[in-house]
Amino acid sequence: MLNFILRRLVILLPTLFFVSLLIFGLQQLLPGDPALTMAGEDRDPALIAFLHQKYHLDEPLPIRYALWAGSVLQGDLGESIRTKDPVAGLILQKLPVTIELAGFSILIALLIGIPAGIVSAVKKDGILDYLANMIGLAGLSIPHFWLGIMLILLVSVQLGWLPAGGYVSPREDLWLNLQGMIMPALVLGGGIAAVLMRHTRSAMLSVLQADYIRTARAKGLTDRVVILRHGLRNALVPVITLAAIQLGDLLSGAVLTEQVFTTPGFGKLIVEAVFSRDYAIVQGVVLCTAAAYMLLNLLADVAYALVNPRLRS
Amino acid sequence: MSSTVLDIAAGVSEPRRRNRALTRFLAHRSAVVALVVVVLFIAVAALAPWISPYDPMATDWSQVRKAPSAAHWLGTDEIGRDLLSRMLWGSRASLLAGVVSVLIAIAVGLPFGLLAGYVGGWIDGLISRMTDALLSCPFLILAIALAAFLGPSLTNAMIAIGISTTPIFVRLARGQVMVVKVEDYVEAARAVGNPSYRILLRHILPNVVPPLLVQSTLTIATAIIAEASLSFLGVGQQPPAPSWGSMLNVAKDFMSQAPWMALWPGVAICLIVLAFNVLGDGLRDALDPKEH
Repeated sequence: MLNFILRRLVILLPTLFFVSLLIFGLQQLLPGDPALTMAGEDRDPALIAFLHQKYHLDEPLPIRYALWAGSVLQGDLGESIRTKDPVAGLILQKLPVTIELAGFSILIALLIGIPAGIVSAVKKDGILDYLANMIGLAGLSIPHFWLGIMLILLVSVQLGWLPAGGYVSPREDLWLNLQGMIMPALVLGGGIAAVLMRHTRSAMLSVLQADYIRTARAKGLTDRVVILRHGLRNALVPVITLAAIQLGDLLSGAVLTEQVFTTPGFGKLIVEAVFSRDYAIVQGVVLCTAAAYMLLNLLADVAYALVNPRLRS
Repeated sequence: MSSTVLDIAAGVSEPRRRNRALTRFLAHRSAVVALVVVVLFIAVAALAPWISPYDPMATDWSQVRKAPSAAHWLGTDEIGRDLLSRMLWGSRASLLAGVVSVLIAIAVGLPFGLLAGYVGGWIDGLISRMTDALLSCPFLILAIALAAFLGPSLTNAMIAIGISTTPIFVRLARGQVMVVKVEDYVEAARAVGNPSYRILLRHILPNVVPPLLVQSTLTIATAIIAEASLSFLGVGQQPPAPSWGSMLNVAKDFMSQAPWMALWPGVAICLIVLAFNVLGDGLRDALDPKEH
């Protein structure tokens, strides 16, 4: 197992190198002198000279990359041009909100997606199967942000049941916090539930045709025991690892959902940074999401290898 | 092994193979309906200048935020512009973004995928690690970052979406080449002295086309949502030019006064994305029934 993890880590290193090149390269996309763009409309020559010195803009590209990568490795993601706060601190400040949203969303996705996938596979070609497939397809086709807008319109504007947006820390008021989280988590989790439903269905369909399921049925076990104890237990392994990998989609979706529901998380930070041309924050957020995504992929691979020894060789 | 490969190996002629795929596709009723919906949307986008009842950018201060009526079938927006006309013109931005982004992704991803799969070795390692790096950045976050650095515009949004979806096509082409390049008929083509480029173009590429077609259809759906998302965030289509995403961006500020402003663009996005998803599923069943 240790060999497997080491092998995966060795593959991860060059990928990490290319990710860092990609993120560093983003700054090179700025037309003309990046310092001019970063200096804003005033274009104060003193500030431009300071930015040149600070970001080593007069140095050759490989040296600039090495200096930037060195700072990142020490946890220095630069500072916000607007507020002068360290980017790492800003991200850490917003992270708990997005983690809470992501946690609720995954929970909702698992609670809806897996049971729907099981029912769909067990009742294959029946009405419930078609219904689940249609809802699944709709879940993949409805944009998160539009579903959010429609929910606000119905639940907040028309019915007045839940707040249309905003965020209250759970330490301040747990009930208000939950009220503010329900709709964004439902919107985000709904899309992922559709993906999980489709994967659970196909995993269950292939498991239910296996010989050991036929044996279990021949032994006279009830459908419930066959499906839940023998079928689901085996079908769930790839689905659970998939749920971990879905975090990438979750972070992408969170950007839009946080924008619609004015949730002050990670996603809102990057959008505000885009508009205030705070490029260090944009780079920092991309770097952190990529690192989180790679780490979760690695954990998913390890979890998968733990339960499936054939993959370790 | 895909059915196309099996057909080629079994010596099934090209027209017969196409006919079989067409028959299977026509039997997939929901996919045929989806194709009709896609064609209708394309027709609407192409005919927008002739079928729009009003100028999509003309403001009318006496018609601000009017509900749907005989004069304005879908209502008007916050500065009195006709929503139906903006929806019709907006379909151009969405469809164009979907198709152009995927074309960019194929133009970049296919050659790299073919090269990685066929040559193997360190070239494959290098291309695969670069692909992994792109895949490690969540799709929309990478697209937002690229669009932010390139500057907000529909063209840059299309480039950003195209780059972000490129790794899908690199992986697809690479995987397909690795399956096909060990087939007997490819070995035979190599044995009779065909140069590598000819083997790639004549014997391997035709096998990449069917899954590529399926993936392109599904990716167009993703790209349409991505364009709408970028325009919704303000880094895609810029006002006053219409796009469904930018219309939703404005609509969210007038939800209690003019809910219809948010309704129609969303319905249109859902319909076209659903149509491309169902069409993609249908094409997959028709071109490679074993995969389903």
